[in-house]
Amino acid sequence: MISLLHVTKTYPRTGDAVADVSLTLNKGEFCFLTGHSGAGKSTIMRLIHMAERPTSGEVRVSGYSSTTIRPREIALLRRKIGYCFQDFRLLQDRTAAENVAFALEVTGAKPQVIRTKVPRLLAQVGLASKAEALPSQLSGGEQQRVAMARALVHEPLVVLADEPTGNLDERATRGIFDLLQHINQSGTAVLLATHNLELVRANPDVRVIELDHGRLVYDSAAEEVRS
Amino acid sequence: MTYSLREALVAFRRAPLLAGVSAAMIALSLFVVGLFGIVAFNIRKVIEGVEARGEVVAYLRDTASPADVQALRHELTGVAAVREVRYVSREEALQVAKEELSEFSAVFGSLDSNPLPASLEVRLKPNQKGPDVVRSVAQRIGANPAVEEVRYGNEWLDKVFLLRSVAATATGVLGAGFAVVAILIIGAAVRLAIFARREEIAIMQLVGATNWFIRKPFLLEGLMTGLLGGMLAALATWLSYSVLTNAVFTVVWIPDSWVVGGILTGGALGVVASWIAVRRHLRVA
Repeated sequence: MISLLHVTKTYPRTGDAVADVSLTLNKGEFCFLTGHSGAGKSTIMRLIHMAERPTSGEVRVSGYSSTTIRPREIALLRRKIGYCFQDFRLLQDRTAAENVAFALEVTGAKPQVIRTKVPRLLAQVGLASKAEALPSQLSGGEQQRVAMARALVHEPLVVLADEPTGNLDERATRGIFDLLQHINQSGTAVLLATHNLELVRANPDVRVIELDHGRLVYDSAAEEVRS
Repeated sequence: MTYSLREALVAFRRAPLLAGVSAAMIALSLFVVGLFGIVAFNIRKVIEGVEARGEVVAYLRDTASPADVQALRHELTGVAAVREVRYVSREEALQVAKEELSEFSAVFGSLDSNPLPASLEVRLKPNQKGPDVVRSVAQRIGANPAVEEVRYGNEWLDKVFLLRSVAATATGVLGAGFAVVAILIIGAAVRLAIFARREEIAIMQLVGATNWFIRKPFLLEGLMTGLLGGMLAALATWLSYSVLTNAVFTVVWIPDSWVVGGILTGGALGVVASWIAVRRHLRVA
């Protein structure tokens, strides 16, 4: 479903952010993407989201290739990719429900679809009672749940979660991770970028890909094949 | 469309002064063009009046023989643009002058001899009354040795054409200048709107809104600003026309299609300005 083939991303000032990385993420898979700050985790996410094009190599996502995709197709592809960030990126002047509705509205969903879908998504992330709360009235964990509800509006094939627990305490982290697992159980692949090694160690069954200075240095799936 | 319209109206509310200045600049540029429109339309009316007469008068030399005159008449009758050639004798010319200028009857009565020349009045065909045709017929007549002088209203017709070209140049320069300023100001307004909505735009890109959907509110904002400017220009032009026609001299109002065209031009200017700003400042993937 997602393939990176010998992908290198070079920035003029800072050099290689990602160097010759090849990996595959299958449909319905859950995977940690780990590495220190600046290892290239976010760049990998942005390459999959087609917010960046590789300097060399190719990114393939759900039948689209970074070498041939057109701008309009990028918009359509992104509806198949949910994206969550460490800083949530919610609109502060809109309620939780309005933040979720916004993602539907700007992609052309009809009002009756929005009316039925938004409460269902908020219930799915455990925020049915906070629909009318502004982000400033929600805890960090709750704001991340709103961001996840927004990421799920188009029933994506994959959720890219870029350090979603980076700003959260231990309990909220556990809650978000459980939610991601729950999302994964319904068939959505999850790529979770984190440098929280405790979280990684606590879930030994989950595939782990590790980056170091832009290079892929460990992939537990490959290790399993090798062993 | 509802989302785009709502966002465009929010942009107006967010920066009303900038939106107002943008509309005013478009209005100013179109107002200049509108004033010229009135001048041009009235000049055209005058020219049409002259063309409708479509007459060239050839004053003949006293020395011209009847055979010369007959040859000239024959030649002119053969010209494609000519409908009719009429000979006016010296006596007839004096008679007409006495009738038309009765206040000078004493002067005409005291004349020892008739000072008026004989002439040929050449009328042109209805579809052959353009200034170029009139001029070429007049030149052809003037070249004949039996003709002393040719008149076809060229003295002031040339001045009217000169006035029209001077007014057109001045309007072109001023109108274009104001249009450029309007485009820059609308660009600034759109940039401000893009800046105010940068987080929304980022999220729209994140969740898969198309580039066209993201751009639409800004283009709509430009369109509305431009149309508002166009309407202001039409109003200002009409007020100027009213003042002119009541206080100075009578002029004819421009056709409705010109007014509608002007307002639509305002809208188009607004869209172009927004398009340029959006292309330059909205980095869509």
